[in-house]
Amino acid sequence: MTLIALMGALEIGLIFALVALGVLISFRILDFPDLTADGSFPLGGAVAATLIAGGHDPWLACGVATLAGAAAGLTTAWLNVRLNILQLLASILVMIALYSINLRIMGAPNMPLIGSPTVFSPLIGDNFDIGWQVQPAVLAVVIVIAKLALDVFFASQTGLAMRATGANARMARAQGIATERMVLAGMALSNALIALAGALYVQTQGGADVSMGVGTIVVGLAAVIIGETLLPSRKLWVITLATVLGALLYRLLIAVALNADFIGLQAQDLNLITALLVGFALVLPKLKAKFARKAGGKN
Amino acid sequence: MLRADNLFKTFNPGTPIENPVLRGLSLQIDSGQFVTVIGSNGAGKSTFLNALAGDVIVDSGSLAIDGKDVTRTPGWQRAGMVARVFQDPMAGTCENLSIEENMALAYYRGKQRGFGASLNRQLRELFRDKLATLKLGLENRLPDRMGLLSGGQRQAVSLLMASLQPSRILLLDEHTAALDPKTAAFVLELTDRIVHENQLTALMVTHSMRQALDHGHRTVMLHQGRVVLDVAGEERGRMQVSDLLAMFEKTRGEAIDDDALLLG
Repeated sequence: MTLIALMGALEIGLIFALVALGVLISFRILDFPDLTADGSFPLGGAVAATLIAGGHDPWLACGVATLAGAAAGLTTAWLNVRLNILQLLASILVMIALYSINLRIMGAPNMPLIGSPTVFSPLIGDNFDIGWQVQPAVLAVVIVIAKLALDVFFASQTGLAMRATGANARMARAQGIATERMVLAGMALSNALIALAGALYVQTQGGADVSMGVGTIVVGLAAVIIGETLLPSRKLWVITLATVLGALLYRLLIAVALNADFIGLQAQDLNLITALLVGFALVLPKLKAKFARKAGGKN
Repeated sequence: MLRADNLFKTFNPGTPIENPVLRGLSLQIDSGQFVTVIGSNGAGKSTFLNALAGDVIVDSGSLAIDGKDVTRTPGWQRAGMVARVFQDPMAGTCENLSIEENMALAYYRGKQRGFGASLNRQLRELFRDKLATLKLGLENRLPDRMGLLSGGQRQAVSLLMASLQPSRILLLDEHTAALDPKTAAFVLELTDRIVHENQLTALMVTHSMRQALDHGHRTVMLHQGRVVLDVAGEERGRMQVSDLLAMFEKTRGEAIDDDALLLG
């Protein structure tokens, strides 16, 4: 595998680290199985691409895309807490609706951004050869900021209240926590991060496509699960770190699998590899425990 | 202090499993009074407590704490006035959070939660001092996961958590029922101490007639969603478990007679 291919894997890994942090908030912290991601990721991409193509500042485009993602998460949460629609179903409804909305936003199934300015262009300037180094570097800074901000938030009084909401809603209410508001806020935060990832993704890939969201949730979950398996911990700053590392490792494994010619895998095998990787990560803790027992038995 | 007036609550109304639990329950509790509540299964003890806490909103009747009407107030908004300890040790704490995080959650009960750090040195110091009074060695285990604690330890911490912030009333819903006798005795003793030290108004539901008479100032018996016995002072002081049991049997007997009439 070439260095450029490795940096490419790192770049996508960093973007999906942002998705994974969002998925961590919904699935793990709020205990809200949320499939909105498959719609909010392309929503962020569609909003950002449309604004950038319309001549707006790329960072502004990212900001608006983030807000759009928050609105999507808020809708899913609202369907659940106010209308009592099952969590999974509420998120599927929003995901399906977003497909049409994304088409409306772009006005076409895809929107190329070739030659348009991106958040990376000021640093790349006219020297297009350094793009493959600049893009992962900028993304790394974004991820580090997002991770640290989440760590600070979840250690705060409100952040702790949000964690209690997912861990034991009845106890949280008894402590005076407005659990419904916490679910609304948490889902907004989760999908805001995922939409921001979508906005950054279209700027690295040179355009948005309405089908770019397919499987987003699986990749995000894969990262969370791989992270948990590698670095099991109860400390939140370790959990967020594990999630980011899980996303990077996941993309790296995919890149290795697709680049190793002797295996014979090609790009179309991506989803199969994903399923296998996630399945393996899920059974790994059990295998580890089994081997630990056997090793203990011999002593 | 606490005024419950003619409370009614029916679960699953209009269905074959319709269940009228509270049927005109009225009770007044004065400030600083420690009331024990007994009654058979389905008498409405837990529903009454849940109605006070706001987990259950009553169909009709009125509920006031400190003269403030809370009949329709959602539970989380009552938390500043109402502190609770649940029957299930798992229910009152977050097992996946640490001991100090659980205590921090309780420390902000009824307060505005902002974006400041939930834990700091002073708070940890306070929690350590509070935990040391339990003499369970928990003061050295602040970062440990709550789930690692035994049921008794968790109930003891729950009691501490309920007393971290002032409350108008403390609700104890058979909080020793899931514990072995020795641990239950320890938690009950702790309950008496905390209620006494903080001069709390408290309502304790129990299955044990012995506990009902030995603790608190007043005993109330619920039956079919109403108060059927209310004793305090000297009368209660003279009462034996056998007296209480006889009255308990009597109310139940009447109920059976009622049913017999209905079926006959």
